[in-house]
Amino acid sequence: MPYSADLDIRVTDSSLRDGSHAKQHQFTVEHVRSVVAALDDAGVPVIEVTHGDGLGGSSFNYGFSHTPEQELIKAAVATATRAKIAFLMLPGLGIQDDIREAADNGASICRIATHCTEADISIQHFGLARELGLETVGFLMMAHSRPPEVLARQARIMADAGCECVYVVDSAGALIMEQTSDRVAALVAELGSDAQVGFHGHENLGLGVANSILAVRAGALQIDGSTRRFGAGAGNTPVEAFAAAVERLGIRTGIDTIKIIDAAEDVVRPIMDGECLLDRMALTMGYTGVYSSFLKHADRQAKKYGVPGAEILLEAGRRKLVGGQEDQLIEIAVALAAKK
Amino acid sequence: MTKATAAIVGSGNIGTDLMYKLLRSELIEPRWMIGVEADSPGLKRADSAGLIASAEGVEWLLAQEERPDIVFEATSAYVHKANAPRYEALGIRAVDLTPAAVGPAVVPAVNLGAHLDAPNVSLITCGGQATIPVVHAVSRVTEVSYAEIVASVASPSAGPGTRANIDEFTRTTGRGIETIGGAGRGKAIIILNPAEPPMLMQDTVFCAIPADADRDAIAASIRDVVGAVASYVPGYRLRAEPQFDDPTPVSGGLARVAVFLEVEGAGDFLPPYSGNLDIMTAAATKVGEGLARRALSERS
Repeated sequence: MPYSADLDIRVTDSSLRDGSHAKQHQFTVEHVRSVVAALDDAGVPVIEVTHGDGLGGSSFNYGFSHTPEQELIKAAVATATRAKIAFLMLPGLGIQDDIREAADNGASICRIATHCTEADISIQHFGLARELGLETVGFLMMAHSRPPEVLARQARIMADAGCECVYVVDSAGALIMEQTSDRVAALVAELGSDAQVGFHGHENLGLGVANSILAVRAGALQIDGSTRRFGAGAGNTPVEAFAAAVERLGIRTGIDTIKIIDAAEDVVRPIMDGECLLDRMALTMGYTGVYSSFLKHADRQAKKYGVPGAEILLEAGRRKLVGGQEDQLIEIAVALAAKK
Repeated sequence: MTKATAAIVGSGNIGTDLMYKLLRSELIEPRWMIGVEADSPGLKRADSAGLIASAEGVEWLLAQEERPDIVFEATSAYVHKANAPRYEALGIRAVDLTPAAVGPAVVPAVNLGAHLDAPNVSLITCGGQATIPVVHAVSRVTEVSYAEIVASVASPSAGPGTRANIDEFTRTTGRGIETIGGAGRGKAIIILNPAEPPMLMQDTVFCAIPADADRDAIAASIRDVVGAVASYVPGYRLRAEPQFDDPTPVSGGLARVAVFLEVEGAGDFLPPYSGNLDIMTAAATKVGEGLARRALSERS
């Protein structure tokens, strides 16, 4: 079954949310206007705009926003002519009032993320989002860390709470080929017609596009990417490359491939601080299963304490840290420095 | 020596752990354990520990001829909100371990003596008990315009109540950081981590401080307060020396101190990794003893 009469799958661009990590949360209203205008013109159906860690993410722990995210959401809503504007929130960090405010500001899709074993903390937030008439998406983060059947049970909790599409979220960029499609297939089998299934990839093993195509073949109807890979770690599945590849496979996304290739080069690249690279740090994350957003934080602590950034990440992997525990990277760096 | 009598309402894990702590108290005699399910393991444990155990709820307790001096409530915010006025009407002092926040908040290391006459005192949240003392330690030395805490808790120690209303944790803790911690603005974050074996509760406190604040004085004040908390929560400790940062663009232009804490539970009933629950029952015991001392002195 296709996503709709016109689309086989629906793509969400996360440059202005996952890219916020790479930009250290320094997006301005101008950045948002230019990217939304270009993506909207290229036919990207959904554009996500929020602090990298979701609503309420502006903080010591994750980095303060240059411009309040609700202002960025307003600017995105005002700029888009066709695209829907989505936002992310993580229960335990953001609260229900944040969802209400984003809805008041015109965003129409509420994406709620939990670690992939903790779906039950999202129940009240899905309830509120549906009550407000928002479309809902659920994120099971760090999906590489649990087998398909565990993810399927957690997806059921979200679907029963009112989530309309549950994503397998490869936060560490650690899933490899069939590991992706097996997880997506397990969710499709569990959810049936109760909710759709999506996939959110990272490039830390260079597999974003390949994993996303396998996800589609396993039944995913929604796929995330970021134009020019603008995301945490080595970045996300590049939307322009994904659009080009699936067009050749005859899968309809509604995205104009030439326009999105131009937008990546002419609009998105100029506002990035640098390309999102598959370098030692990013590859360490994919190889050892570490949350992609830790990259810039580990970089900063490595510089401050004079210790190797990759060692901070390796220790984060050994401690089995989950998304949100950025504070622990400081303590790891302090401990590594003391050992020297 | 005569002790104040106490009832524990809520025979779950927290109520059971609290019972073992109160059984060691020199000021409080836990006499009743009140549940609502006859086959509750907590009631059986209470019965074998010599308490009067009843599955007939608060109705039963309040209908008894002899009533407790103090009630410790470890049910849910919803249930406590309903029970609180009934305790007060009968002159029973209530120590609230739920996030209901009916009465003024007490963090023993900061304001133990402040609300000894209140009919009902709230223990805020586990994250609040662990972090507010540190915010207070900084704010008594220098101005703290903003404080933020990150509480990382092992998944198996986060019960259904916390999970069903996680916003309550962040809001109640954030408010406590302001009202008791002394920060201009407070923010709380909670993370559940399912790692096996389960991680100990870890808390990080970030306080915004003036760029020219006396960092040695701040660090000394933090070490003092950590010692004060450790006197009633033995597993409470610093994991690293306080870390100071100059202002940067991603710090919102604020200088800050970061404090890394760990709470290992005493293992009275709950496993040692659930320091988040241990600090609540330890704080409840400490607060209850303050109330007991007051009740006993009024009596004599």
